[in-house]
Amino acid sequence: MTISDDTAAGARRSESSHGFAARAATLWSWILRFLKYGANSDPRKPHYFFRRHSGMVRTTHWINFVVITVMLMSGLQIFNAHPALYLGNTSDFAHPLLSLYAARAADGTMHGIAQLGPWHFDTTGILGLSNVDGQPTIRGFPEWATLPGVQWLAMGRRWHFFFAWLFAINGLAFAAYAFASRHFRRDLLPTAEDLRHLPREIVDHAKLKFAHGEDAKRYNSLQKLAYFIVLFVLGPLVLLTGLTMSPTLDSAFPFLPWIFGGRQTARTIHFACAFSFLGFFIIHIAMVFLSGTWNNLRSMITGNYAIEGDRHE
Amino acid sequence: MSSKFDPRRRRFLGRGLAAASALLLSGCYDLTQKGWVRKTLVSAENLTRATQRAIAGRHTLAPEYSKADIAPVFRPNGTLNPGTDFYNALAANAFRDFRLEVTGLVDRPLKLSLADLRKMPARTQITRHDCVEGWSCIGQWKGVQLARILALAGPKDNARYVMFYCMDPMGDSDYGDDIRQVPFYYESLDLIEATHPQTILAYELNGKPLPVANGAPLRLRAERQLGYKQAKYVERIELVESFNHIQGGNGGYWEDQGYDWWGGI
Repeated sequence: MTISDDTAAGARRSESSHGFAARAATLWSWILRFLKYGANSDPRKPHYFFRRHSGMVRTTHWINFVVITVMLMSGLQIFNAHPALYLGNTSDFAHPLLSLYAARAADGTMHGIAQLGPWHFDTTGILGLSNVDGQPTIRGFPEWATLPGVQWLAMGRRWHFFFAWLFAINGLAFAAYAFASRHFRRDLLPTAEDLRHLPREIVDHAKLKFAHGEDAKRYNSLQKLAYFIVLFVLGPLVLLTGLTMSPTLDSAFPFLPWIFGGRQTARTIHFACAFSFLGFFIIHIAMVFLSGTWNNLRSMITGNYAIEGDRHE
Repeated sequence: MSSKFDPRRRRFLGRGLAAASALLLSGCYDLTQKGWVRKTLVSAENLTRATQRAIAGRHTLAPEYSKADIAPVFRPNGTLNPGTDFYNALAANAFRDFRLEVTGLVDRPLKLSLADLRKMPARTQITRHDCVEGWSCIGQWKGVQLARILALAGPKDNARYVMFYCMDPMGDSDYGDDIRQVPFYYESLDLIEATHPQTILAYELNGKPLPVANGAPLRLRAERQLGYKQAKYVERIELVESFNHIQGGNGGYWEDQGYDWWGGI
């Protein structure tokens, strides 16, 4: 069973005709082909559907998408209340590891500055100083990145701690499922062989050469490693460092601030985790787009993933 | 299988996408303004409080640190000087005329001077102050365990919360022009947190009398809670059954501005 032959037909039509309309049609057919099958795929080959994602994976994935978006934006709102990071248990206000602030230049103009260790960057308009209702305003992250947009710590905390429960429950449900169904062992845990394939996989990804046919049924080693790190390292780490910031939980579990090297270090790690999620998010979406947008999206919505070739089971 | 162009399907998808992105981009702020959304978000506070209470129990102690960990300057926040005539007069006389009142649902209302409090057994603790804004600061506090003061006063059986009324007026509030409604800082703890061993009324910071910026002459330390729970300039304690009728009804100045009553995270 093939998904569609219309892009191939479009390509054939363009061979026998000339002119602008034909060129546009060719371009459009290439775009469609790209979105459907990704780079370097051959849509003329037959396809069949393979059940790629279970209902549990699809459900927790989309819940997580909403939850992490809210957590990131409300987290930046909370961060804006004191846009600086430190190490240790106490804040060394004179020497933050990172800070976003505004300063007046010699010519009298205000500038937004991002400081990281000994380096200072002018980030006017985005970090330190950005427009709120058309007025340059001193704030860490800009209005469009925070939830709520206006400076409102109390409401940022309400969003963050409500969705933190969803994050934890959704994450634990996924982890329980992954271990019980052997999804973890079978699909996510990188093997020694996966790690050996890693250098070649990185080169293939850089060339936008993606797996097809039978190989596309499994996560490649780079995917495995990325999902494993995000799900089983970053996820627990962001949760634990978040809990470490709670003075009540520190009284129950004094080892929490101890293992992370202090509450402020935990807060810094929490922030680094959040931006690692964001980094993963950007690469993940780019990969979804490049390796067959519709096919990938369909497989995460309905579960069905089109595989090139004839079904042989 | 060949996909057929279906304008209705396409229009539906297009509108769906547009609606979803509009909701994501601008909707969250509008959502925040809606009563039911706010109520739903606020509901998580009870779950958090119940869970943290169940985990931490009554007597787990906040981590205590060594003298080497004490910050050179304990960062003052909020009011730095109440500045009222009443407060200035007390401060001019080194708070010798200061009296801590204990009222409300108690068998024996009290009026205690600083000298009275200093005569009581003291607790000294080097603890970490965690501000709701995100920063932390370590200081050494000395004071009287609140449990001892409450025991002197004898709480009645129906007393559930301890209110702390402070001497610093809060200017930028939502109470309008009605001068009778201009609030002074206030806070509250329930009896579990109020009688916790590390909950003290501190009169010393880092071995010296409490500075004005840090809440002189007397401030609350509730070490398992965030900074805004730790009222400065405390002058009156009231035991109550409920705080619904007090000020905004949420149990504290910042709570009336939308912050959680449970300051455990």
